Amino acid sequence: MTQPIIDLRDVQKFYGDYHALRGITATIGQGEFFSLLGPSGCGKTTLLRTIAGFEDLSSGTVLIGGQDMARVPANQRPTNMVFQSYAIFPHLSVAQNVGFGLRRAGLDKATLAARVEEALEMVGLSGYGKRSAHALSGGQRQRVALARALILKPKVLLLDEPLSALDKKLREQMQVELIRLQRLVGITFILVTHDQEEALVMSDRIAVMFDGQIAQLDDPETLYRRPKTHRVADFIGMMNFLPARILSEDGERATLEISGLGRTEFDLGTCPTATAGPDGTAVGLRPETLTLLFDGQTATGRQVIGTVEEVVYYGDMTYYDIRLPDGDQVVRVSMRNLFGRPVLEIGAPARLSWDPGALVLFR
Amino acid sequence: MKGIWLRVYAVLYLVFLYAPIILLPLFAFNDSTIIAFPLTGFTTNWFVELTKIEAMHAAVLNSLFIAITTAVFATLLGICAARANNRYRFPGQRGIMGMVMLPLVLPEIIVAVSLLVVLLQLGFSLGSWSVILGHVLICTPFSIAILNSAFQNLDRSLEEAAIDLGETPFSSFRLITLPLVMPGIISSMLISFTISLDEFIIAFFLTGNEPTLPVYLWAQLRFPQKLPVVLALGTLLVALSIILLTCAEFFRRRGVARAGKSDTGGFL
Amino acid sequence: MRSEGANGLALVSPAALYAILLLAVPLCVIFAFSFWTQDYLTIDRTWTLKNYTEAFTEPLYGELLRRSILISGSVTLVTVVLAFPIAYFVSFYVAPERKSLWIFLITIPFWTSYLIRVFLWKVILGFNGVINTSLQGLGIIDEPLTFILYNANAVVITLAHAFAPFAILPIFVALEKIDRSLIEASLDLGENRVTTFLRVTLPLAMPGVVAAVLIVFIPTIGDYVTPRLVGGPDGLMIANMIQTQFLKLNNAPMGATLAIIAMASVTVIALAFVGLNRRFLRGPK
Repeated sequence: MTQPIIDLRDVQKFYGDYHALRGITATIGQGEFFSLLGPSGCGKTTLLRTIAGFEDLSSGTVLIGGQDMARVPANQRPTNMVFQSYAIFPHLSVAQNVGFGLRRAGLDKATLAARVEEALEMVGLSGYGKRSAHALSGGQRQRVALARALILKPKVLLLDEPLSALDKKLREQMQVELIRLQRLVGITFILVTHDQEEALVMSDRIAVMFDGQIAQLDDPETLYRRPKTHRVADFIGMMNFLPARILSEDGERATLEISGLGRTEFDLGTCPTATAGPDGTAVGLRPETLTLLFDGQTATGRQVIGTVEEVVYYGDMTYYDIRLPDGDQVVRVSMRNLFGRPVLEIGAPARLSWDPGALVLFR
Repeated sequence: MKGIWLRVYAVLYLVFLYAPIILLPLFAFNDSTIIAFPLTGFTTNWFVELTKIEAMHAAVLNSLFIAITTAVFATLLGICAARANNRYRFPGQRGIMGMVMLPLVLPEIIVAVSLLVVLLQLGFSLGSWSVILGHVLICTPFSIAILNSAFQNLDRSLEEAAIDLGETPFSSFRLITLPLVMPGIISSMLISFTISLDEFIIAFFLTGNEPTLPVYLWAQLRFPQKLPVVLALGTLLVALSIILLTCAEFFRRRGVARAGKSDTGGFL
Repeated sequence: MRSEGANGLALVSPAALYAILLLAVPLCVIFAFSFWTQDYLTIDRTWTLKNYTEAFTEPLYGELLRRSILISGSVTLVTVVLAFPIAYFVSFYVAPERKSLWIFLITIPFWTSYLIRVFLWKVILGFNGVINTSLQGLGIIDEPLTFILYNANAVVITLAHAFAPFAILPIFVALEKIDRSLIEASLDLGENRVTTFLRVTLPLAMPGVVAAVLIVFIPTIGDYVTPRLVGGPDGLMIANMIQTQFLKLNNAPMGATLAIIAMASVTVIALAFVGLNRRFLRGPK
């Protein structure tokens, strides 16, 4: 991580009896694209609003650029926000919206207009200044909100679910746009989202939050490959969980009995281990680490023979649900639809290859 | 056609609603002192006569003064209460708002007699000011109802966005909220003005010896020979009401449009 | 920084104080008055139930109260029954962009001088009124109809006119809130238009109907202009007596007692009505 810009120390927030933030401690670096990811009600928006200054802390400290924000009201913080609803002022034009925050800067008309145009250009809306706010599409409102926040050159840009109101295509386009914009201005972006895919695509680091706490704070790859808890693993991407028993272990290696896959050795030193969920010890396998073997192919790892139970066709991919030989467990496998490869039918036998090195152990 | 019977019924209902108002100008321009059919001839005499009755002029001026004062105070109270109700959660909210809105469902005569008794017991002499007190009481709920929907239509993050962009809470209220609810404020003033101008029961009890226009009219209704003049005045009042209401509706719609919401119609 | 609750209270306090001083306090005073008595020009402040005893034993008061409730009840019934089809028509048959025009048309007559409107009904319903002269002109009747003016019928018609928008608007709002797919779902599940109306639309519109009933019934009891102008001797209501007690007989305590009794009756009836309909009022939060 680079130079820290935001320092959260044991941030707590109560609404009456409801404990919304239960001791958040984290450091966010300068120029970082940082995401707060979690299901609704996990406290991610509350945390963003405490950084912006819209919520008072119950206890704890928020430092921005080394300065304690306790007595700094929202309008004096070096942060600006893109609201979930975009909050475009409906009675003002696009240019008046974008230039809103410069009212107090005492700029002359020409400078103001130039700054506004510059900001509009940055978000790809040059020439839109004279339009009225309600003549804009969803994607354009989003861009105006960005320009309006960035024109003030904040140290940190806060984005509250900015893409949730857009349709899928536009959302994906704006994701790339936001990454480009963040590199261009070079400041810290903090993004709140409930969409794990969006967080993985965009972020340098992600804080996964459940119940007002950070469950794991890591870069996307670590989060995906080495989840720290069962719940994080379940929330990020798709994961097959199979109940397992540890037959023996000696500190470096363990012998596991995995329901449906049988007995295997597990390297405790290199393979990820994580906290188990409520159902006890289990192993996790991502669908893409499992491979179905077609005619003539041989297994690279271990092999079991199961039955195709469900086929979900996605165009470029097909998901198969495979019932494992012992009959109790079903795993999901994702396969690329390479040219000429057949799609298996329900009920067909399936040869499944898996690699013990790809396991995550939850204990 | 679908709903043909309903459509016919709706037109008949509108005729029922508008029947008295259509009659008003008919008799106001009729040259007989007896208010009955058949009509006898066209005249504008009753309107000319209107300009000569000084007691009526005094009543009109008195009513205008009361209505304007009422509109201003009821709307000020309404702005505070509607803003508090929409922006904050405070203890006893439902109870307090319920009490403030109570005059809406209270028979007016109850409001009138209870105020009368208290004012007389405290030894005040009645006058325009006591009518204003009563009218503000009954107009405030209407003002709150109108402004409530104006404030509700506002996205709360608009004000937060202004604060985030460096404005103080007060200046963001002035720059963002006030312009956006202004149509509601104007509409509230017009409605309060209209209610006060037309209100009779409270005015009748509390007016003392400076009659308001409706109180004056009430007294005139007993003298058959003065009726045509009353109807001429009524015609003017109806025309004024319709103009004011059209303005109020215009501003209300503009407010809805400004807040970027779709229109569902209606003041109440 | 002050807490949210304190901010809210501070902001609502002007309106709240105003309502306390000019509504709550006077209502309490009226309540106290009802237990006092008038002694020529002064008020005797000994607590007594004398007024109440008189109110319940003197047949005139009982008769007026009964008649008031009956007339208000009829007015409410007529107004709401007449209003429902209009609200239904505007909500379901009028194109969305023209709805507010219709609502506007419906509200306009309500905002025009009440006194003059009531007086004009006298002109319409009178001996030489619009109805009688036109019916005679058409040869449908020979003698003018007399049962339409100076009695309770006239009061009902006039008040049904005066309170029309109060009944239409709440029902319209309730109908507007109904998700149209619920009606399609009912048709899809095999109900016809009539049974769909009875099983889906009407129950969902009931909160609006209940609101309309209350908003018409309660103020009607307090009206004394209409009974005086078009009611004749048989159309006078309790409010006329309250007014007489206060302004003519100068017996404020008796007037207060009658006002309290009238208010109490209205409240009891309104609460009973809401209670009977409470299963319709438990909407989703």
